[in-house]
Parts: sequence; C-alpha cells; structure tokens
Amino acid sequence: MTPTVVLPVIIGGLYAAGVYLLLDRSLTRVLLGFLLLGNATNLLLLSAGGPAGLAPILGVSDPEDMNDPLPQALILTAIVITFGVSAFVLAMIHRSWRLVRQEVVGTDEEDRRVAARKGTDADELDPDDLAPGDRPAGHADSLHTVDADEGPEDIADDIDLPAGAR
Amino acid sequence: MPLPVLLPLLGAAGALLLAHHPRAQRALSLLVLTAVLAVSVALLVMADADGPTAVAVGGWPVPLGIVLVVDRLSALMLVVASSVALGVLLFAVGQGAADRDEDTPLSIFHPTFLVLVAGVSNAFLAGDLFNLYVGFEILLMASYVLLTLGGTAPRIRGGITYVIVSLTSSLIFLAAIGLVYAATGTVNMADLAVKLAELPEGTQVLLQSMLLIAFCIKAAVFPLSAWLPDSYPTAPAPVTAVFAGLLTKVGVYAIIRTQTLLFPGGALDDLLMWAALATMVVGILGAVAQTDLRRLLSFTLVSHIGYMVFGIALGTTAGLAGAIFYVAHHIAIQTTLFLVAGLIERQGGTTSIDRLGGLARRSPLLAVLFFVPAMNLAGIPPLSGFIGKLGLLQAGVAEGSAAAYALVGGGVVTSLLTLIAIARVWTRAFWRPPTQSPADDTAAAAAADAGPTGPASGEEDALVGAGGEAGADGGAADGRRTARAAAWRRHTRVATAADPDLAPADGAVQALRPLPGSMVAATAGLVAVTVALTFVAGGLYGLADGAARDLVERTPYIEAVFDAPAAEETR
Repeated sequence: MTPTVVLPVIIGGLYAAGVYLLLDRSLTRVLLGFLLLGNATNLLLLSAGGPAGLAPILGVSDPEDMNDPLPQALILTAIVITFGVSAFVLAMIHRSWRLVRQEVVGTDEEDRRVAARKGTDADELDPDDLAPGDRPAGHADSLHTVDADEGPEDIADDIDLPAGAR
Repeated sequence: MPLPVLLPLLGAAGALLLAHHPRAQRALSLLVLTAVLAVSVALLVMADADGPTAVAVGGWPVPLGIVLVVDRLSALMLVVASSVALGVLLFAVGQGAADRDEDTPLSIFHPTFLVLVAGVSNAFLAGDLFNLYVGFEILLMASYVLLTLGGTAPRIRGGITYVIVSLTSSLIFLAAIGLVYAATGTVNMADLAVKLAELPEGTQVLLQSMLLIAFCIKAAVFPLSAWLPDSYPTAPAPVTAVFAGLLTKVGVYAIIRTQTLLFPGGALDDLLMWAALATMVVGILGAVAQTDLRRLLSFTLVSHIGYMVFGIALGTTAGLAGAIFYVAHHIAIQTTLFLVAGLIERQGGTTSIDRLGGLARRSPLLAVLFFVPAMNLAGIPPLSGFIGKLGLLQAGVAEGSAAAYALVGGGVVTSLLTLIAIARVWTRAFWRPPTQSPADDTAAAAAADAGPTGPASGEEDALVGAGGEAGADGGAADGRRTARAAAWRRHTRVATAADPDLAPADGAVQALRPLPGSMVAATAGLVAVTVALTFVAGGLYGLADGAARDLVERTPYIEAVFDAPAAEETR
C-alpha cells in the first residue's frame, strides 16, 4: 500500500481553482469556490489518514489492514457543516438578488463616505457651504431657506430671529 | 460538565417548538441562560478549587473520543460569556416587548441565540481541535442567521462579507486540523501538546501559523480585521452587542490555547507582538475617523483586541494574566457599549454622531449609562479597564525587550486615542445643543410614507445634495428626501422657537419614544457588572493569574485530560 500521488494533485488543483473563484466578486462564483475549497479540505483530511486500507469494520477486515476511521468521521462532520453553510449562502444570494438585483459583494458605503470626507471636523466647516439639511440648527440662513411658508423672496437677516417674533 | 452546551441546545429546540407562544419562549430562554450561568459559576468554583478537570463524553477512551475540559480559563470565560448573554437576552426581550417590529422576528431570534451560546460554550470547553472547530461552526452558523435577521438590504450586504470571511477562516482551520492529524495522528489538545513537541521545527511553525491565521481572522487581529467594522454595525443592537462581546473573544481564547498549550515555544511571539501593535494603532485610528457610533465602537473593538494579543505575545505569566483579565473586562464592557448604542439609536433616531445632540439634557440616565462604560473602555483610573491595561503594561515593561517597549508605548497611545474617540461621541451626542429632533424625523418619515407632502421646489433642490446619498433607487430616495425636507422644516421651527430651556415644553421634542424600562434595566445591569468588575478586580485578577499559571505550567491540563473519567461515571 503505497501513498497515491493522485490525491495531492487533485487537492492542489481544487485549492487553486477554489481560491481563484473565492476572490471573485460574483457571489455565485464565491459559493462555487467555497464548495471546491471544502472538497479539497475534505480530501486533505482523507489523505491525512494515511494510505488507503480496508473498511474499518470489526469482523469484516483485519485491524492491521484497516483504514484510519477517525479522519473519515471528521470528514463526515465537515461535509454536513459545508452542506448547511452552502444552503445558507445560497439563500443569502437569492435574497440579495431579490432585494437589489445584484449578486456581488457590496461596497461599504459608510466606509467610502468616511474615506471621501474632506473636512476634518464639522466644527471647522463653514455652515454656508453645506446643504441646508446639514447646517447646525439656528444658523441664520436656515431660517428663510427652509421655512416653506415664508416663500423664497423673504431674505434672511444676519441675525437669528427668535421664531416667536414672527 | 457538558451542561453548558447541552442546556442551550435543548433550550433552542424547546424554543423552536414554542415559536407561536412568544411569552413562553422568552421565559424558556431566560430560564435556560440563567441555568447555564449557574452551572458556569459552579464550574468556576470547582476549577478554582480542584484545578482542571475533564470528562470524556460518549465513553470513548481519551485520545480518541471527545473530551470536555474545564480549567480556570475556560470556566472564567464561560461565566463572563453566559452572564453577558443573559444581559443581552434581557435587553432583546425588552426590545421585542416594546416594539414587536418585523426587523427582529422573535420566533427565530431566541432559538438561534441559544444555539449561539451553545457554540460559544462548546468552544470554551472543547478539549480537542476538532470539537473546537465544531464549536466555532455552531456559533458561526447561529451568527450568520442573527446577523441577517429580517434580511434587509444593508444586513445582507454586511452579512455576505461576514459569511465569506468566516467561511474562509473555517476552511483554513479545518485544513490545519487535517495537517495536524497527518503529522501527529491525533486531534486531542492534551495529546497534541506532547506530540507536537517531537515534530521538526519547520513543521511546527507551519501548523502553528495556519492555526493562528484561522484564529486571528476570527479574533479580528490586524491585518485580518477589515471584515469586522464592515459587517457588525448593520445587525440589530442586541446582536451586535453579543457578537462584539463574545465572538472575537472566542478567537482570542483559541489563540491563547494554541500559544500556551500546543506551541509553548513562542516561535511566532515576535510576529504576534507586531500584529498586536498594528491592531491597536490602526484600529483606534479608524475609530477616530468614524462618525457613526456603531462603526466607531466596532473599530475600538478591533483596537482593543490588540491589548489581548499583546498579553498573549508576551508569553509570560504576567502577560497572560493581563490578557485574560482584559478579555473578561472587555467582553462585559464592549457588550454594554453596544447596548447603549442601541438605546441611543432608539432615543436619538440615529447613531450618526453628526446628527445626534443634546442627549444629556433629554435623557440624563442614558448619559450616565454611556459615560461609565465609555470611561472604562478608555481606561480611566478607578475602573477595571485601567487595571487591565496597567497589568498588561507592567507585564510589557517586565519583559523588557524593544518590541515590548514599543507595545507599551502603543498601548498608552491607543488608550489616549480611545479617550479622544469616546470624548467626541460624548461632546457631540450628549453635550451639544440638539441639532435635530429625531421625533420630527420619524414623524416626518411616517408622513412621507403616507403620501407625498409636496415640499417647496426650491427647498427640494437645495436638499438634493443631502438626499442624494440616501440611495440610488429613485423611489426610496424621493421618499426620504421628502421626509428630510419635512423634518427640516419642522426642526428649524422647533430649534428657533425654543431656546434649550424651553425645549421640554415643546411638543415635538417631548414626543421622543420613551425608553422601555426593561431595556434600560438590562443595560444598567450590565453597566453595574462592569463597575462591579472594578470592585472584584483583586479576586478576578488573582483568578486570571491562577489561570495564567495553569496555562504556562501545562501539565495539570494534560494530566487532567488523560485521567478523564467517562461521562457516565461523573453524573
């Protein structure tokens, strides 16, 4: 019983293809990559049990010739886990498709926003440069720009009028 | 001893059966978690008195079967984890009772939460690598479901990142287990501790680095931490809280086990030290830049993982004791802070600190609830964060190498930057005069849902810039823009009509959603726990020290596993 060269070659090929697919942005490919990687890992576990032997059943085969049963038990567990997770990922892909008609890894918008932000601090910004909705409350211009009842022709004063005065 | 795993699993099954009886389901979950907490405390007392003990579950002889091991470290982790889980569950129950929203379908929340606790317990108790893997998978599977509860678009987006990263780390872990088995013929950790030492050095380093990479992804150690601030903030508040508290710490726990029990040689300690330094500094710099409270907290979470890795990388008893103490402290503190963030979101309508304001006046209780754990996180002296950091810094100075001193410096800087980040939240969200009334916002949003309110056109143009970021899909953006315009109109009236002193008299400001008592109580309870950590810090530190000595010594653990009685005999 000599070790086979086939298993390592297959494992290597599966890992390569799996990692390649996993790096893709499309979720379906990511899932396929994950499946390939999972199978590669299971084969790795299998080959960790040593060269192939007979079925590890007492009374059927001689313990000397038996395969190591422990990795097989581990693989069974791993297969079940991989199966469950794949089902979940599929459900998520489906959900993503239903929601946004996309099945790619999304962008973190908040991250982009923080990265694109120029001003270091809101306190240093000139409120006049901001969209009215972002200006601090009580800013002079906000009085007329926003109050719809007043109409645009009502030009603001430079002072803050208490609203009760109007 | 298997009770901390069995109870939540059985409870989850029961809770699933009770899906149509929310009240009974809640009671069952609370009961189960209380029982788990009681068992954990009993285990801690036992482990502290008798040292490590092990049980071979299923009656297989030891190196083959599944072994559950309790030593001081795992018992301590169990106690902290189950108490935090209980607190979060109380919070979630309070939230669910308060607003039965569709965002958190309760019927699935409770069973999943219990499964999560079972997974965490299993990971802490696991005596062999594969069982540790199974524990991880259980808790990850539950966490996938919890993270994507309700299946809204942002949650799915964040969840996808999280799931893919977790899957990858699990596969690396599984491959590492395969290699370990190929090299030694066992996956039992106590057995491995003996057999790994006989391997050639290169093989050892390979196995160690594979395991460490897998665990570092889970623990969010830089440069493997980018997934965390991306995915955590989207989840519902109690979920984020329990994730932040527990999941990364399970990774840290696994790192501790690997570094002390399996590979005590410290071959990769230097690498870990630099990783710890980068984690601390990069994480906290990220936190300082954030404007969203939850993201900010996620970044501080990453940053403070660095402290724990720092202690582990030192490899000395003092360093490990500091790390263990810090883990216990940080689980409690980070969970509490995320819960408070949940309360702030309820009260203020948003977690963006650019838009929050005046919370200290509106809700002094909330301010206190935020202030205490926040100061604790930053490490202000009387609190437990200070004690943990002090222990770590002392251990670093005692180690005395250049890298250790760099880490000490990094730790101090990180602590200061944490204070800055936290102080920004404090001054903006709590002390600044109210800039926007969230009650108006929600009311306006409701109005916008009901029908177009037709805002003045000039004003709408002005608001396009602000509303444009809301999203590309036209209808939603329109609705939101309308809502914003309406909110803005009312809000300026409010803000100018009333100087702050008069604000309470104004109906709009008063109409805040009241904070449900049970949510506040749960959060307050956890805050009390974090404060109590300060008072019992001496005992806790002693416990952590004992755990660290056990870890460095290793033999009690190994002996306990090999002397393990079969499960039937102990029960």
